[in-house]
Amino acid sequence: MIKLTDLSKKYGVKEVVSKVNLSLNTNKLTAIIGPNGAGKSTLLAMISRLISSDTGEIFLDHQSLKTWKQNFLAKKLSLLKQANGFELKITVKELVEFGRFPYSKGHLTEVDHQKVNQALNILGLKDLVNEDISTLSGGQLQRAYIALVLAQDTDYILLDEPLNNLDMKYEVQIMKTLRYLVKQLGKTIIIVIHDLNFAASYADEIIAMKNGKIFKSGLTNQIIDEKVLSKLYEIPIQIQNISGKPFCLYFN
Amino acid sequence: MKKLIHSFPLKVIALLILVIVSCILFLTYQTYGNWDFALSLRSSKLLAFILVGIATSFATITFQTLTHNQFLTPNILGLDSLYTLVQTTVFFFFNGKQLLGSESVATFLLTIAIMVIFSVLLANFLLHKGQNNLFLLLMVGIILATLLNSITTFLQVAMNPNEFDALQTKLFASFNNINSQYLPIAAIIILILVIFLWFKSLTLDVLHLGDDQATNLGINIPPLQFSLLVVISSLIGVSTALVGPITFLGFIVANISYHFIGTYHHRQLFIGGSLIAIFLLIFGEFMVEQVFKLNTPLSSVIEFTGGIYFIGKIIYERKNG
Repeated sequence: MIKLTDLSKKYGVKEVVSKVNLSLNTNKLTAIIGPNGAGKSTLLAMISRLISSDTGEIFLDHQSLKTWKQNFLAKKLSLLKQANGFELKITVKELVEFGRFPYSKGHLTEVDHQKVNQALNILGLKDLVNEDISTLSGGQLQRAYIALVLAQDTDYILLDEPLNNLDMKYEVQIMKTLRYLVKQLGKTIIIVIHDLNFAASYADEIIAMKNGKIFKSGLTNQIIDEKVLSKLYEIPIQIQNISGKPFCLYFN
Repeated sequence: MKKLIHSFPLKVIALLILVIVSCILFLTYQTYGNWDFALSLRSSKLLAFILVGIATSFATITFQTLTHNQFLTPNILGLDSLYTLVQTTVFFFFNGKQLLGSESVATFLLTIAIMVIFSVLLANFLLHKGQNNLFLLLMVGIILATLLNSITTFLQVAMNPNEFDALQTKLFASFNNINSQYLPIAAIIILILVIFLWFKSLTLDVLHLGDDQATNLGINIPPLQFSLLVVISSLIGVSTALVGPITFLGFIVANISYHFIGTYHHRQLFIGGSLIAIFLLIFGEFMVEQVFKLNTPLSSVIEFTGGIYFIGKIIYERKNG
């Protein structure tokens, strides 16, 4: 379980995250939504120790994040921010193999190869295994990086806008993969996402953030609500049910 | 990629042949029958080339990985300027003429120690003061270099012209100036540092993914940056103290190895880079001595070609970026 107490972060004088108290349940797909500048990515970066918090504490499995050993943490929690390029020549497979670094320190074992192959299969990268990263499209690169995080095989997976650069086919495929990971493999996944409809269809729980604070959090059907969303984004948002699934309409 | 990995031994063999051939040429060409003299003189030079080549390539490749920038060389930390200042100060305050040509091992160690302490202080001050900003460190390095240069110029202007002249000859990197009694100490220091980097090289590979991704994979970045900076500046310090400042050698060597070895594996880059550096130095010195009859110092040739390569790379990246 991840627990945040009084978590704050300032950039200069601007408080991007202010006094956030939150419990994130395990074995759930949790989506963080909210307008630009709400502090979603900063919150995610603090949970994954990329940036330090000014005040407050983060507890992972009842133990303060600061007391975790870096290498243990890397086997427990992983984060994907955005897929960046690579300065030198590297193949998709070699990139994904980096996900095993916390376990093997660069000397891959049989288990490591299995996990890498599994991740490559799940993300549909089998045919691209020996391609150079620089020849990939944005979507393929994104998938390769998600495969890296999968190969890392952590209980907690944090993804910052994982659907960037992907077409609909892979957007859906990634979300289904995430559901599979939660359901079948018992992972806890937290994603920052902008597309409300993906959050509405696939997330178990949603955290809505605004101006550095938790605007509202709860089960998906509690947040995907006309009143809540309209107030959150300050535009009128309608919700329609199409074959049992809620869809948010905001193209007015 | 698989093919490239498989052909890595081939590339190493090719480089080794080049190095050995240039070594033999360098050692045996035109000895005028005076074998003992030529060999003893040239072999200590050869050892210096090998040490400088290894130190420069390890330091620069590590530094470029650390900064995620293939244009930088560790000299940007202001180590060259510090070296010049230390030498000038020694000349200024301790009547340099006595020291010229008969530097003791102690002065050698002192120069290195001052350079390392300086960079440790710089890194410690900037990397441990809350915000962990490597580029701030580099900026401060550049500005400090200017400050050190100004102090040096001040001392040189105030100096006796004869002393200044002697100093000037000493400051230009010259493989003719090395004293063979430093070589064993330099060799030991470089060996220790290089072994350290060799053991860190798998971690260095991960750094290519960027600092955030490396943190995600369990690498504690700030202490790593600190230890690497200390090692890099020690390597550059030893190399500079041996043969004087050479700015562009590392840049040329690192970039040629990225293209030629074509991998992100630091162990392969280190081996390839060291061989390339040793070859360039020995072959360059051979050309300078035998073909150009010592009309130009090797360092000038390196800086000239390095500068052209640097500008060329900038223009190329502009066009293709």
